[in-house]
Order: sequence, then structure tokens, then C-alpha cells
Amino acid sequence: MAGDGEVDYFMRDLDREAEAGGYHLNPDREFTRGLVRGLLANRERYGYISCPCRLASGNREDDLDIICPCDYRDPDLFDYGACYCALYVTADVEAGMRAPDPVPERRPGPAERERQKKERAAAGAAPGDLKYPVWRCRVCGYLCARGEPPETCPICRVPRDRFERFM
Amino acid sequence: MQHVPGEDRGRVILYALSTCGWCARTKELLTDLGIGFSYVYVDLLGGEERDRVVREVERWNPRLSFPTVVINDAKVVVGFREDEIREAVGA
Repeated sequence: MAGDGEVDYFMRDLDREAEAGGYHLNPDREFTRGLVRGLLANRERYGYISCPCRLASGNREDDLDIICPCDYRDPDLFDYGACYCALYVTADVEAGMRAPDPVPERRPGPAERERQKKERAAAGAAPGDLKYPVWRCRVCGYLCARGEPPETCPICRVPRDRFERFM
Repeated sequence: MQHVPGEDRGRVILYALSTCGWCARTKELLTDLGIGFSYVYVDLLGGEERDRVVREVERWNPRLSFPTVVINDAKVVVGFREDEIREAVGA
């Protein structure tokens, strides 16, 4: 289990990255510290920081959509003021101007996820008449037109495999 | 499955994840209410036991999300919904 020092260090890192990208960590420090501890526990047992509030399969490909920041963070921030586990909150929630709403689970079930995965694979294989394919970051929506997606999303810092073919 | 002793309000089971902040709050709430309940951290289970418990949770909550509280094999509360949990256990 991660020690307090490691938890604080990782939390500072996450906070810095969040603020640089226009995102905010939950100001309830003790609650947030618990979530960060959960992220580190998941990194230790699965090899990646899957959502502390979701049951991971342990297979990275199947869990890709719930690796933090998850694919559902931004729509949940918009609709509820917090992401599903509440590690991230909106600016007004961070400022204490309002409390976040409870966030229902938005992640589709396994059958629907499988269908969406096939749909994405088909979109990626479709011939386009663009000079370059357009890639979309599934976490923050960043778009770029180039041969391959960037190694790291310049906006939200997730790795290449979180991108999908958009056009 | 761990048992927390307390006032008998029927069979109260909390399905939780050991890493989840909302699961921790739910466990705290049930503890503070002083009722007897059982809890299990599904992420810490493995093999057949995990499959069996996952199927159990899915029967009550097909989305397999946590926390899931099942009361007397009849009522289910998904998520840390304090008022609903209080009402369901009659506290």
C-alpha cells in the first residue's frame, strides 16, 4: 500500500496537471486523498490507475475507458459538477459556490461497450478522402489531423490509446 | 463477508470497493446508524468467489456499480444516497 508521502506527492502532481488543463481536484482534501490512495492501489495491482469507484477487470484494454481521467469525466462534470468518483469537480464546486449532484453510473454495460468498440474499429478502417485522418481524444475531445494520434494528449495528458478516429 | 454488529434491522448487505470514497462513506453511515450489517469488498475477491459475488450484485444492480446496499433481499439502494439508505433501514 502506498505511504502517505507517495499519496501526497501524487496528489500534488495530479493537482498541478489538472489546474494546467483547466480542471480542478475536489477541495475536500481528506476525501480526495482517499481517492488518490485508491488510484495508487489500482496502479499497484493492475498496472494502471483505473477509477477507484469502479470494478476493474484487470485487462487494460477492457478497462481503458475507466482509466483516470475516465472517458466519462467531462460529460459528468458538465451534468453534475463532479466526475463519478468525485476526484474532479467544476470550478464553482471547487469554489464552494454549490455542492455537486450525486453522479449516476454513465458507463455502458459490457455488451454495449463491445458494440461501441466494434463501431470505433469500423470508423478507423473506413476510407476517407481527407488528406489526414482526424483523431479525437475520448477523454477531453481534443481533435488533431495527422497520421497518428499524439503520444500524449496535449490537453488532458492521457496516452495515445485513448484516441479514436473521428473523421 | 465481514459483519459489523449492531441493532437488528434485518439482513443488510453492503457490496463495496476497498478503494472507493463513496463506499467508505456508506460504510461509515451504516456504522454511525448503529445497525448490524455485513459488507464485502468485491475488488479484493478473486476467482470463483468473485464471480459468484459479482453475479449476486448484478442480480440487484445490473450495472454492477458500487456501493450497492441490499436490505432484506428486497430493497436495494445504489450509490451513497444517504436519505434513501436511512429510510430503507428504518433509521
